[in-house]
Amino acid sequence: MAEEIPKGEPGADAADVPLLRIDAVVKKFGMVRAVDRLSLDVRAGEFFALLGPSGCGKTTLLRMLAGFETPDEGRILLDGKDIARVLPHQRPVNMMFQNYALFPHLTVRDNIAFGLKRAGMPRSQIDTRVAEMVALVKLEGLERRKPDQLSGGQKQRVALARSLARRPQVLLLDEPLAALDKKLRESTQLELMELQRRLGMTFVIVTHDQEEAMTVADRIGVMDAGHLEQVATPRELYEAPQSRWIAEFVGDINLFEGQVESGEAGRLMISTKDAGTISVAEPRQPITKTIVAVAIRPEKVKLSRRGPASDAVNAHAINRLEGVVTDVSYLGGLTTYKVKLDTGATLRSSMANTARIDIDAYNASQRVVAWFTPDDCVVLEQ
Amino acid sequence: MSARGIFTRPARLSAIAPYLWMVAFFLVPFGFVLKISLSQTAIAQPPYTPAFDLTQGFGAFKAALAALSLDNFRLLVSDNLYILSYLRSLVVAAVSTSILLIIGYPIAYGMARLPRRWQGIAMMLVIVPFWTSFLIRIYAWINILQHDGLLNKVLLALHLVAAPVVWLSTDSAMYLGIVYSYLPFMILPLYAMLAKMEPALLEAASDLGASPRRAFWLVTFPLSLPGVGAGVLLCFIPIVGEFVIPDLLAGSNSLMIGQTLWLEFFTNKDWPVASAAAVVLLVLLVAPLVFYDRLQRRQLEGNG
Repeated sequence: MAEEIPKGEPGADAADVPLLRIDAVVKKFGMVRAVDRLSLDVRAGEFFALLGPSGCGKTTLLRMLAGFETPDEGRILLDGKDIARVLPHQRPVNMMFQNYALFPHLTVRDNIAFGLKRAGMPRSQIDTRVAEMVALVKLEGLERRKPDQLSGGQKQRVALARSLARRPQVLLLDEPLAALDKKLRESTQLELMELQRRLGMTFVIVTHDQEEAMTVADRIGVMDAGHLEQVATPRELYEAPQSRWIAEFVGDINLFEGQVESGEAGRLMISTKDAGTISVAEPRQPITKTIVAVAIRPEKVKLSRRGPASDAVNAHAINRLEGVVTDVSYLGGLTTYKVKLDTGATLRSSMANTARIDIDAYNASQRVVAWFTPDDCVVLEQ
Repeated sequence: MSARGIFTRPARLSAIAPYLWMVAFFLVPFGFVLKISLSQTAIAQPPYTPAFDLTQGFGAFKAALAALSLDNFRLLVSDNLYILSYLRSLVVAAVSTSILLIIGYPIAYGMARLPRRWQGIAMMLVIVPFWTSFLIRIYAWINILQHDGLLNKVLLALHLVAAPVVWLSTDSAMYLGIVYSYLPFMILPLYAMLAKMEPALLEAASDLGASPRRAFWLVTFPLSLPGVGAGVLLCFIPIVGEFVIPDLLAGSNSLMIGQTLWLEFFTNKDWPVASAAAVVLLVLLVAPLVFYDRLQRRQLEGNG
């Protein structure tokens, strides 16, 4: 009879059950569906990012995980138990708030100890844990300060230590670095990753900053209008976006609409209005529509004066477009060019400045050949 | 820096203006009161001696100065009447302020948690009684509380009492009047403090395992303490010197210091003793003021 255990029974396949399962969750504010039948699994030990424009519902979703909002429909399973209606102070999750929400009347030490005291931890253990947390976020010597006597970066660390102190099953981070300046933000991102790996904890971060999401997260869920557009690793999201919206939301992209003409030997020919016929690598999943969009990231578009050195084997497969440079933006590490194609459309290209003195730099109004390989193109159906 | 340098700059002038105001309208009058408190009562015009008269020359001035004494203060300490008045004033103020805090805090808390657009309306409702003269409102209470007043009529109609209850000229009526009159002074500073509190702090407390009740005592209440301090002082200090409400609503068997002072001044025509009583009252009230000042300074340092 042992093999008749139905699926989902505790212990049946514990390894496959995600730590956090969001199951068809709906949250309405008046007529607006802030979160619309959203389902998502987060694995134990994962650093998961919810990315999306403001108002996409990502913060509402996070607040439902913390318990500050109750879903109208659906379940939130944490370790197999539905916590959708459990009060925030009874959940084994903690949140790091956007503006830190440090208690201004308490010292750094008391802020960090706040959650431990509520958990009824003995005093000596609290002292040990606080010291551990203070060391973890490198705040030694500031224990007796009040939040008002700390810099922005220090406050951020206190907030992090406070939310980690109870060793939550899931740590929720609501735009945790938004208030820091760029340099500090970048170094803190790396520290956050390091910390997450060292503690082996599950982090769910909400951010509108795609670079931040791509830097810190193992997987990213991109949200728009209350649902997930795509859930993927940062590389997949960038190199294999599932829709035009994702392609345009994550990074820069050139999009050309066209019709599928013919296919041969792993190549598809797509005739576009703006960029002639483009040869693309045949996607793994067969194309079902005839009207599609070809997407090429700017850094995959190379510029040259005469086009690529001809190589008899695959020269015919390389896409070549001619035009005039209209705009040059030097950004330090790379330079971006806008090329007005002869068809009238604009193509963007960016090239790494690998040499200090670049004889290949192009000027505005210079005539160039832009080229890219079929493998660098993504065919998008929606 | 020379005085000239100070006065040619408008910024400096505006900085010392409050001090000029204090000197002209507080320090100088207080000097008069202090001087009278050191004089002796007399049947004269003015009703005390000595009176400084600078036209009589320096010798007379010196003689007048020598005639000043602390007799009135000794009288205040030796006579039960005054000590009891002071005590009663402090007790009445303490009890009233406690009642005000207990009633005012929940109201202010409720106001601060209303939706934004309702908060303005709630604020108006708190302030609206000020549009009617304070005295008229107290007389209205007399009307309500008297033997055949509204309160007794309602109680009789509801069969809650068999015969009219004596409300007027009791301590209950006085406390009612004081609490009613001072409630806005308690609510407004509390509301100001509670309204500016970040809601995220309560969410953080609850996220860290505090039940709503604990979150209130651990976060909301401590953060509202400056408002509590302001409200308590705004009520306590004027209630200690309150005269009108106890005079109109309380019985006449025990007096607050304001009433005693009034009696000395107008009935006994004993300006020096009345002045001495006023000086002692002021000294008594400086203590809570200093306390509040220190509290505020600590608050400022905390934010600095």
